[in-house]
Parts: sequence; structure tokens; C-alpha cells
Amino acid sequence: MTPPSLPLRVVPPVSFGSRRAFRLIERNLYVYRHGWLVIVSGFFEPLFYLLSIGFGLGRLVGSVPGPGGHEIPYQLFIAPALLASSSMNGAITEATLNFFFKLKYQKTFESILSTPLSTADIALGELGWALIRGGLYTTGFLVVMVVLGLGVSPWLLLTLPAALLISLAFGAVGMAATSFMRTWQDFDLIQLVVLPMFLFSGTFYPLDAYPDALRLLVQLTPLYQGVDLLRSLAVGIVGPTAILHVAYLLVMGIGGLLVVSRRLDKLLLR
Amino acid sequence: MAGITRVMEHRAVQYRRTFRSSVFTSFLSPLLFLTAMGLGLGGYVDRSGGAALGGLTYLQFLAPGLLAATVMQSAAFEATFPIIGGLNWQRTFHAMYATPLSPRDVALGNLAWMAIRLVMISTVFTIVIVAFGAAHSPLVVLGIPVAVLTGMAFAAPITAFSATQRTPNRFNVIFRFGITPLFLFSGTFFPIETLPSYLQPIAWLSPLWHGVDLTRGLVLGTIGQHPVQMLIHVIVLAAIVALSAWAAVVTIERRLVKG
Repeated sequence: MTPPSLPLRVVPPVSFGSRRAFRLIERNLYVYRHGWLVIVSGFFEPLFYLLSIGFGLGRLVGSVPGPGGHEIPYQLFIAPALLASSSMNGAITEATLNFFFKLKYQKTFESILSTPLSTADIALGELGWALIRGGLYTTGFLVVMVVLGLGVSPWLLLTLPAALLISLAFGAVGMAATSFMRTWQDFDLIQLVVLPMFLFSGTFYPLDAYPDALRLLVQLTPLYQGVDLLRSLAVGIVGPTAILHVAYLLVMGIGGLLVVSRRLDKLLLR
Repeated sequence: MAGITRVMEHRAVQYRRTFRSSVFTSFLSPLLFLTAMGLGLGGYVDRSGGAALGGLTYLQFLAPGLLAATVMQSAAFEATFPIIGGLNWQRTFHAMYATPLSPRDVALGNLAWMAIRLVMISTVFTIVIVAFGAAHSPLVVLGIPVAVLTGMAFAAPITAFSATQRTPNRFNVIFRFGITPLFLFSGTFFPIETLPSYLQPIAWLSPLWHGVDLTRGLVLGTIGQHPVQMLIHVIVLAAIVALSAWAAVVTIERRLVKG
């Protein structure tokens, strides 16, 4: 193996964790060999929503103003938003309930730490696994979008990495929040944040339904960043705000990861 | 009968200690759904597609359907985890069986408690509907028992199923492939008349559609327009409840007696 070049040695691309994180992904693959139906079922939820709200109710809605104020069919308006929110929901479920169960009850991480893996490997490996799952769902959903005639722009291809970025951001912050949870009841707080975001972040209807102050507030939510990013890519009207959205989500993801790995050190090593 | 009320009392005492976390799922989330879909998205529906709703605003169309659908979701939840918990995790039902209570008391007492929970949920929801100005008739009050009947048409069969399970693994499948599609395609969010004509008969197979159509007739006061169809809805739902309550007694008895 050739040694990495000097700049890479001075500033490694990922400043913590190691390749051992892949071992954790391998572990999860083994665990889910018997639970594949649970994995497959995750793909259908956004699809059902797209068919019902997008195509069923969408016939009554007609067209709505999309990115740049252009009128677009409601199906095209809602499909990328459903992709964004299912990326959020998938990552949150994996990073909160499942993560908490492994942390508190199964003691999975304690046994992992008796191997050469570090807490940062755990954070990275768990997140990597959540991203693999999210990537599978996203790919499936994009294929369905194209089959249903919603692939109108070549930019649509970029929704795959963008959706993964959403999973990364919410997965990292979700794990960070979970590391502070004490009981299952505390998870109601997460629902209290996630459900209003899902319903009100411009997912189902354009923001011009809101008064100015409320609109600004909604635009600051992380899900709105993801929804607007995916929607502008799917429609093919991409402006400089897309870069802002990406930066917002990246900061969220990296910040979350740093907190998780520090919290895991505290919870598991002391 | 006395045995059934004892079991209900147990569930009520238990609920008194955990009700706080149910406030969000049972009460706040339907309120948020009604605001976002009924008012927010509804504005865009009313602008262009009002004709398909027979002159109703989208909020008026959605509210009764969402009442029935919410009660269905709560019923499904109440019939899965608490049942498997009582039979496998805490084994409270085995403890009950060690007293003069019979398996029949355990099954029917739990179902009766679920009905009480559904009454609470649908009453709050109905108050919200009236407060939103989406009720058209004093018959809206009857929407409560009808919504509860709809919910029990899910609670009873799912209870019968839960009693046969030792792990919650299959519940995920019920929710993802049963409850969610029914929630989305049973005339809750859009009239089934707008579906392609070959799909419409399938709605008759959905217990939720019977409940949604019936609840909507009562909340909007249009029940007199199709009295026969409404009667069929009631008969279908009541038949499901009766048959599957009997099935729940059988499966719970089997678990308690044979282990």
C-alpha cells in the first residue's frame, strides 16, 4: 500500500474514525439478513404517498408555483419533497430508536469497543449503514419517478447525492440528540420536531401560503433546505441558493458527527 | 361481565401513568395534519379542483375522513404492542389468568379498553372539526360512535393476530403494507370517484373506506342521500368487529392455556 501524499497526511479527509468503520457496516448487513422485509418495506412508504397525494389528490390540485415561480404539475412538485422527507425520516429512525436500543439495551457498542474499533468508528459506521439504506431507497424512488414521467431534467441524477446529504445531516444530528436521551419517553420530543417539519416545510404546498415572518422561519428549518434543494434539482432550475442549502446540511452533518463521537467517548469509555 | 371491567380497570390504571406520551400521537398530530393538509394544501385544491368535491371546501371534505383514518391508526397501535407486551414481555395477561379471570375476560376487557381510548381520541378530534368550522350537521355527534366502530374493525382483528406473535417483527409489515396504504387510498384525501373506474370496486374491500364514507355522511349531514349504502357500511363494520372479537378470544385463550 502506498503511503498517502503529504497534504492528505497533514489534513486527512476525515479527521476521525478509520477504515475499521466498515466492519460495523458488515455487522449490520449480517444482522439484517433475516430482517430484509423491514428494509424492503421502507421503499414503499414514499411511493404510496406519491401515488395517493401526488397522483390522486394532485388531480384536484393541478399545478402550483415551483422553483423560480414557474407553474409545475403537482406531482413534480411533491415527488422530490417526499424523497427529501423520507430521507430525513429513514435517517432519524435509524439514528434515534435503533441507535438507542443498541446503546442502552443491547449494549452492542460496549461489546464492539472491546475490539480494535473506536467510538468514532462506531459513529461513522452507523452513519455509513444509514446512508447505504438511504441510498437504496433513493435509487428506487428515482427509478419510479422516471417511470412515472417525472424525470424532466438531467439534474435529477444529482438528487441521489443530495438525498444522501440530507440523510447524513439528520442521521448525525439524530444520533447526537439520542446520546442525550434517558428514556423512550424522551423520543416524543424528536417526534414533536420532526412531524411539524414534515407537514409544514413546503413539502405539500408552496410557502407563499404563509405570511412573511412565518415563511422566513420555515426557510430556516433543515428540512426546507433539503426539500428546496431536491426540488430545484428535479425541476432543473438550479440557482446559487442550492450551494447555501448544501453548506447548511454539510455543517449540520459534520457538527452532529463531532458531537456524537465525543458523547460516545463520555458514555462508553468512562 | 365483572371480569371484563376488572381488566379494563387494570388498563386504565396503567394508562394514568403513561398518558402523557399519548397526548402527542393521539391529539396533536391529527391537529397538525388537519392544519397542513386541510388549510395549507386545501387552499390550492379549492383554487382549482373544487368541482370534484361536490362544492365542499377541501377542509370540509378531509376532516371526517381524517377522523376515521386517525382512529384506525390509533386502534392498530393499541392492538399490537400492548397485546404482545401483556402476553410476552410483562406477561400481565398470564398473571390475570392465575386469578378468577378467564381468557375471555382478558380478550374482551382489552378490546373494551381500546374502545374507550378510541372514544377519547374521536371526541377530541370531533371538537377540533367543529372548531375548524368543518361540521355541517348536528349529526356530527354520531360521527364519534361510527369512528369508534371503524377503529374496532381494525383493533379486533389485529388483536387476534398479535396474540399469535412472539416478536413484534411482523407489525412493521402490517403498518407499512396494511395501515399506510389504507390511510392513503380509502377516500380520506381524495374521493375514490377520481380513481380509474377499474380500481374503484377495490375500495369496497377496505374497511376504512366504509368508515370514511359513513363518517363523512354524518359530519356533513348527507347521510340521507344514500341510506342503503350507509346501512351496508354499518353492517360490514359490525360484522368484522363481531367475528374478529371472537377470533381474539380464541387466539388469546390458546396462548394463555397452552403457553
